[in-house]
Amino acid sequence: MNRRLLKDRTAGYMMFFLTISSLLLVVTMGIGLYLKASPILEEHSLWDLLSASEWKPMKNQFGFFPFLMGTLWVSGLALIIAIPISLLMAIYLTEYAHSLVRRFVYPFLDILAGLPSVIYGVWGMLLIVPWVANVAAPWVDRNTTGYTTLACGIVLGVMVIPLLVSLFIEIFSNVSHELREATFALGATRWQTTKHVVLRKTAPGIIAAIVLAASRVMGETIAAIMVCGNLAIAPGSLLDACYPIPALIANNYGEMLSMPLYESALMFAAFILFFVVLVFNLFSRLVLKKIKTE
Amino acid sequence: MKKSLIEEKIFKMLMYAAIALVIYFVASVVLSVFKRGLPLLSWEMVSQLPGGGFYIGGGGGFLNAIVGSLYIVGGATILGLGISIPVVFFLNVYLKPNSRLGSVARLAYDVLFGIPSIVYGAFGFTLMIYFEMRTSLIGGILVVTLLIIPIFIRSMDEVAKATPTDLMEAAYSLGATRWETIAVIVRQIAPAIATATLLSIGRAIGDAAGVMFTAGFSDRIPTSLTQQTATLPLSVYFQLQSPSLEVQNRAYAAAVVLTFIVLALSIGGRIIMNRFSRNKIQ
Amino acid sequence: MNLFHREKASAKDNAFVVNNKFPHPDDMRLSTHALCVSIGGNPILKHVNVDIPCNKITCIIGPSGCGKTTLLRTFNRLVDTIEGVKMTGVVMLGNQNIVAAGASELTEIRRHIGLVPQRPCPLPMSIYDNIAYGCRIHGISGRRKLDAIVEYYLRAVGLWDEVKDRLNAPANKLSGGQQQRLCLARSLAIEPSYLLADESTSALDPISSRMVEELFVKLKKDYSIVMVTHTLRQAKRIADHVIFMYLGEVIEEGDAEQVFNRPKHELTQRYLAGSFS
Repeated sequence: MNRRLLKDRTAGYMMFFLTISSLLLVVTMGIGLYLKASPILEEHSLWDLLSASEWKPMKNQFGFFPFLMGTLWVSGLALIIAIPISLLMAIYLTEYAHSLVRRFVYPFLDILAGLPSVIYGVWGMLLIVPWVANVAAPWVDRNTTGYTTLACGIVLGVMVIPLLVSLFIEIFSNVSHELREATFALGATRWQTTKHVVLRKTAPGIIAAIVLAASRVMGETIAAIMVCGNLAIAPGSLLDACYPIPALIANNYGEMLSMPLYESALMFAAFILFFVVLVFNLFSRLVLKKIKTE
Repeated sequence: MKKSLIEEKIFKMLMYAAIALVIYFVASVVLSVFKRGLPLLSWEMVSQLPGGGFYIGGGGGFLNAIVGSLYIVGGATILGLGISIPVVFFLNVYLKPNSRLGSVARLAYDVLFGIPSIVYGAFGFTLMIYFEMRTSLIGGILVVTLLIIPIFIRSMDEVAKATPTDLMEAAYSLGATRWETIAVIVRQIAPAIATATLLSIGRAIGDAAGVMFTAGFSDRIPTSLTQQTATLPLSVYFQLQSPSLEVQNRAYAAAVVLTFIVLALSIGGRIIMNRFSRNKIQ
Repeated sequence: MNLFHREKASAKDNAFVVNNKFPHPDDMRLSTHALCVSIGGNPILKHVNVDIPCNKITCIIGPSGCGKTTLLRTFNRLVDTIEGVKMTGVVMLGNQNIVAAGASELTEIRRHIGLVPQRPCPLPMSIYDNIAYGCRIHGISGRRKLDAIVEYYLRAVGLWDEVKDRLNAPANKLSGGQQQRLCLARSLAIEPSYLLADESTSALDPISSRMVEELFVKLKKDYSIVMVTHTLRQAKRIADHVIFMYLGEVIEEGDAEQVFNRPKHELTQRYLAGSFS
């Protein structure tokens, strides 16, 4: 065998190895986190961990309920804010806008997507938190510091808009022009066409995109930590402080080393996050891929 | 007026409102950070290390965080490119277009892209404990590398997939082996490499949750890979937690530096893109 | 400067010879015997027996879908890139069977058999690197040698004067005709014995197309050229030898003068008369 071919083969094997090992990363991550989380799972049952609401690591009480609810509230609120804005924007950009408008708007989305999460946190502290404390809360006769589920939801909602818009645009542009023209020919307005043809045809894709966005919101750490209030009680309203899972992990990473069970509890939190995000991602990627190949 | 036309009007107004809102958000984030931080930013802050009593209002700057971030971003970008270019090349040249491995791999990179950096951080942290490593520059670089590899691979693969078959055949008909076509592929996807690099730098420099566990924090500039290092986002975050207004002010100034870097990347990216596209075959 | 005859490097003279840098075995005749090619179970070529003469222009003609291009791409095994392809039979280049060639012989075979593509397809590199790429992968290095090679072959295709001031410019900035001549120069630079041309002038304007055609005629002193062409007129202008194919079979093969003026087979007659295409 000559040298060039040897090079070709060797390079092939090495690249195969690189590809496989980066693939195995997903598996290793899951197993690694699970192994680290197993001590606490031996001590407490899964159901206890998820449903108990007392979080007192020093007294061996690990209730994840407040954190789960925190994540749920915040993600839900963020999506409620982001979905209509993103959907309307994506519809405008694909169905209505002149290419000049598109060229004007895209850089804004780029910037929004590129800003680091800590900057969103700073923005939240500078603008949103005072707004919640001085405008939103007095409006319903409540008194808060502003570090609330509402503030956190708004910040995370704004953060996820660029992802949603780009996914929606990709999905909408898969709908063929003939289909749109066919409805136009029946005398439908643009909005009717969008409503009856585009949105209906892309419904599975829209859901997949929302699931993907949900997984992104759930994992957001620094921005959330800076505005959520970090109180380990399940929020009862939007104006209560909350404590999402990523914030729990990030806030306690230093202290946990002294207690094995505490560390295990935090790794269990990371594992929950990993697992949910993995499932959400797999689901939506498979749906999106199927749509693309159709 | 007909009902359908009114509906059309209403929704069009809502769309305008949505776009205006998004533009308002961008302006509001950038301007509020600049408005608060820019007047506080001084040369001293970006050129000096933290002085004595820094976190209770003493003098000094956050050069440690700027340099630390650059080290981590630089190291991770080089490592990331070194791993992702071969992977993309392998997926597109060595594997058949409808190969099983290829589609599983692409799905896995999509999933990895979605995993939050805090999970990477926690995972990296457990690995480091397992290997008895301390939080360090190298730990930070490795975790950020893992974080940006999916970005690299996904955006380069998208372009590499669209390489014209004519082009590959031209290279093969000159007697090139698969490996030797790398010169062709790399030049063909050069614009994608450039954009992916900028995207990754943006994500790497802004990442806080991943490096929090693995790179630690330090008031000095690391002189070796095994020392702890500060990063800009963490510097902002930690200083904001201080009750002292002076320290908080420095956090806002650091936020301005970070925002400025990210904006420059985003704008510079569009300009650099054009340069890299010059050889590309449509 | 004599551009088209290979200079022989004399034994004493170790100087680098630009156009004779690779070994050239004497017997390099290309022929096929009972060649069958199928793609995904569909037979594309059925028992093809052809013999390509040296230093002549051989034109493969026939209606579209008759397997002309597949036959051409079997000669340098580019058919390998198609999913589900199966080959049986023999394609001989000199004393080597191309169909059975392993990966290591393949790169060498492809060096001996150059391809000028249908649409101009420059590599995504500078003009200079387009020509140097093939030489580099076949082990020629050194700036001065490569400079000489690039100049020689750009002159050979009449491109030198047009591009000598911008050798480092991207190749995609050239016009279509210039790109096609660059592709030709790129193939010539690795000194093939055979040149395969797959409708290489079909994407060009008439003037560029005529230019490339004239180049082929000049080149046949040193190279054996196999062309697939759609236009009968082009075949009549430049062919020395003609292969007429229909539905994957070779219907008639022979001297151009004979095939065009006194076709033996009825199908050939009807095709030449234009009753189908």
